[in-house]
Amino acid sequence: MDRDRGRLRASLRTAPLLWGTAVAVPLGFLAVFFAWPVAALVVRGFVADGVLDLTGFTEVLSSPRTWRLVGLTLTQAVLGTACSVLLGLPLAYLLYRRSFLGRGLVRGLVTVPFVLPAVVVGVAFRTLFAPGGTLGFLGLEESLAGIVVALVFFNVSVVVRTVGGLWERLDPRTEQAAASLGAGPARVFRTVTLPALAPAIASAASVVFLFCATAFGVVLVLGGVRYGTIETEIWTRTTQFLDLRSASVLSILQLVVISGALVVSARARRRREAALRLVSARGSARRLSWRSPQDVTVALVGAAIVVGLMVLPMAGLVARSLREPDGSWGIGNYVALGTTGERNALVVTVWEATATSLRTALAATVLSLVVGGLVALVVSRRPRSVGARRAVGTLDGLFMLPLGVSAVTVGFGFLITLDQPVLGVDLRTSGLLVPVAQAVVAIPLVVRTVLPVLRAIDPRLREVAAVLGSGPGRVLRTVDLPIALRSVGLATGFAFAVSLGEFGATSFLARPDGATLPVVIYRLIGRPGAENYGMALAASVVLAVLTATVMMMAERLRDERGGGEF
Amino acid sequence: MLRLSGAHAGTIHARPLAGTVARAAAVALLLAGCGGSAPDGSGTDGGDASASGTVTLVTHDSWALDEKLVEQFEQESGLTVEVSAAGDAGTLVNQLVLTKDAPLGDAVFGIDNTFASRALEAGVVEEYTPADLPDGAEQLGAALTPIDQGDVCVNADEAWFERSDLEVPTTLEDLADPEYRDLLVVSNPATSSPGLAFLLATVGAFGEDGFEDYWASLVDNGVKVADSWEDAYYVDFSGAGEGGERPLALSYATSPAFTVSEDGSESTTSALLETCFRQVEYAGVLAGADNPEGAQELVDFLLTEDVQAALPESMYMYPADPATQLPADWEKFAPQAEAPFEVEPAEVSEHRDEWIERWTATVVG
Repeated sequence: MDRDRGRLRASLRTAPLLWGTAVAVPLGFLAVFFAWPVAALVVRGFVADGVLDLTGFTEVLSSPRTWRLVGLTLTQAVLGTACSVLLGLPLAYLLYRRSFLGRGLVRGLVTVPFVLPAVVVGVAFRTLFAPGGTLGFLGLEESLAGIVVALVFFNVSVVVRTVGGLWERLDPRTEQAAASLGAGPARVFRTVTLPALAPAIASAASVVFLFCATAFGVVLVLGGVRYGTIETEIWTRTTQFLDLRSASVLSILQLVVISGALVVSARARRRREAALRLVSARGSARRLSWRSPQDVTVALVGAAIVVGLMVLPMAGLVARSLREPDGSWGIGNYVALGTTGERNALVVTVWEATATSLRTALAATVLSLVVGGLVALVVSRRPRSVGARRAVGTLDGLFMLPLGVSAVTVGFGFLITLDQPVLGVDLRTSGLLVPVAQAVVAIPLVVRTVLPVLRAIDPRLREVAAVLGSGPGRVLRTVDLPIALRSVGLATGFAFAVSLGEFGATSFLARPDGATLPVVIYRLIGRPGAENYGMALAASVVLAVLTATVMMMAERLRDERGGGEF
Repeated sequence: MLRLSGAHAGTIHARPLAGTVARAAAVALLLAGCGGSAPDGSGTDGGDASASGTVTLVTHDSWALDEKLVEQFEQESGLTVEVSAAGDAGTLVNQLVLTKDAPLGDAVFGIDNTFASRALEAGVVEEYTPADLPDGAEQLGAALTPIDQGDVCVNADEAWFERSDLEVPTTLEDLADPEYRDLLVVSNPATSSPGLAFLLATVGAFGEDGFEDYWASLVDNGVKVADSWEDAYYVDFSGAGEGGERPLALSYATSPAFTVSEDGSESTTSALLETCFRQVEYAGVLAGADNPEGAQELVDFLLTEDVQAALPESMYMYPADPATQLPADWEKFAPQAEAPFEVEPAEVSEHRDEWIERWTATVVG
């Protein structure tokens, strides 16, 4: 055995170039399109008249308001994450371990909120929560609970998808064995299933935490003037006051909070990681049976979550999008999508913006799959030396950071770092940075989706392949790739969805004639006129349908590839 | 704000080299990443951005001038116009200040009178006065040329007041009258441009020392503060017809033109013209522009009769040239305020942050 390991190590040494490239390309990408712009803007905040000035620290850190914001940020992020996980688990079970008619549709539907523009979701929820609204009696208007509900609405799909993706591949025989040894369903779940799912849960929770901690639009709209987070404060300080001194301190504070959370979640993940017996997704799901009380409970809980949390707010949107200005029903708003709006609110028609969105999302998806795939591959290794293991862990954490840093900081950072034309093109105003900025946000999701699956590959499979004489390239091709490909379908869907819905950075970088769907929606809803409002909602429905379709296609792609390999 | 502009040169010593390397990497990655998969037009026509004959207009996200007018200008001048949008009006100015040493384009449109002084102090615009500046259009700092203007005023849902048998309020003082309790919704001046304009209206009306007392009386009278204009107008304002419950909302003097009844005879909402602050939007030539002549032509173009006449329909603003013919429904439903409240741009620039903080302390607590 020892000799075999030696041989394995030798064969890995023959491929330093491969691994070098796999590390260098993503790092280069992250450095140029994330770390450098953010650092440049933060440094700008600490330099006054050419002299380093750190007094901003004492000023901002001694203000009680700052700590109130930190407290609120953590509170809403922790609550949002906990509720997303709690509600996401039964849904993941229902949608990935049970099969029923229309399951694909529900899977697609669950993802939709994830990409809806925050301004539309904010208005939809406020309409529900307002004193005269459907849920007005709950008193959620301008409350922390209201914000948390909206955060869960956005993020529960991350939990469902990430956890479900692993759950459906868990070998059901382990659970069956436990059950036949006399363990009740609750005990099987607690002692067998939950520990096996832990890495995926931790993975999803860390992503959701980052999204919640940096939520911006929805906090502003639903929280009213009393609620704010570090993120909203950075946005206001930067775009409205140009107070980079405070914004820089807050950015660092945000980075510290986020990194702390990441370290904690990485620890939790690492402790739980173990090679799992994975099986083909096909066959692990049992048909939903109305005779099993367990199934009925799960189905009812799942239906309640889907209807209460997702269908209700979205139905409001759809219904309003089908109302004509005179109050009657009709598809006038959809017909109007071929125009530039009442009194030309837009420069391009909504359909043109849709085409731009799809093109941009395609480019961003390819970028994030390449970069994110490489990161996942490198991070999935467990090198034997402590130093190398630490380095791999750091790399993992580094690529999560873009989720935890304000899009405003990145967007404004681009303006000062890319200030020289490249090959005669001013990147800042060319629109070329749009897919890049979207990819930066999508990469962490690709990593988090592919990684749990790659890590769950039994290392002995690779060792056996190496012992049998496969070079490292061949090991990758024959062991890692076929298994990873199954999660790539899901990763593609997520990357595409994120890029379709990205608004923060896109709004800074897209040109008016290259506006994406969320940008035109934002513009339409920013204008008076029943027709513009109706169009904004119709365009949101189009965005939602587009996303659901993409996610369903990604699922199908995955299922076909996944079949019959084991 | 000024402390930032001077700091640029000495920020990081290693920058030129790091910059070159990183920029080269940026190109490589861009080519590798999207070269094959993104056949969009923006990539191909951007290649000759620095060639003479191209003029880049930096503006805010409300830019929506008719393509045909721009094409006509391109034909007549021989210039190619590229438009780049930066975000809202505040974001626009802040981005220009940040990129002063490497401007984002040649000309700017959309700096308004609440942010103008910041732009002038930072020196982001060059002095330029168009030859045919219309009478009544006053430049700022000989560099910013007014192109259009709009009044931010409280709007009223006429039908609601008729139904409730209540007189429509007219003045700022009326809004604090217990008779109109719980009826008004405004937007947050820290996050919304009309919100800031309305705060300035109250500063103009009650003075720097009196506006807080006025806001305290509004709070006592149940004023609601939404985050953004769209939020206040579509969710809370009953006049928008989307189920809102408050018949008084902060919006624009032009908004009533959008709630005209089917037969076009009357509008269901009106603007209270004694509660207004006037926003003026300016254009100018950016300092350090690659194509200053083109930028000057572009500023001139924005003042031409055709563009001035198109402004109401495309950007919902009144033209700066008072001689311009307004659309018929504007004459009827969207009159301008006769005496809007005013605050000097320099005053705004100096005190904006402080006023917003004082407002926050009073209203939010």
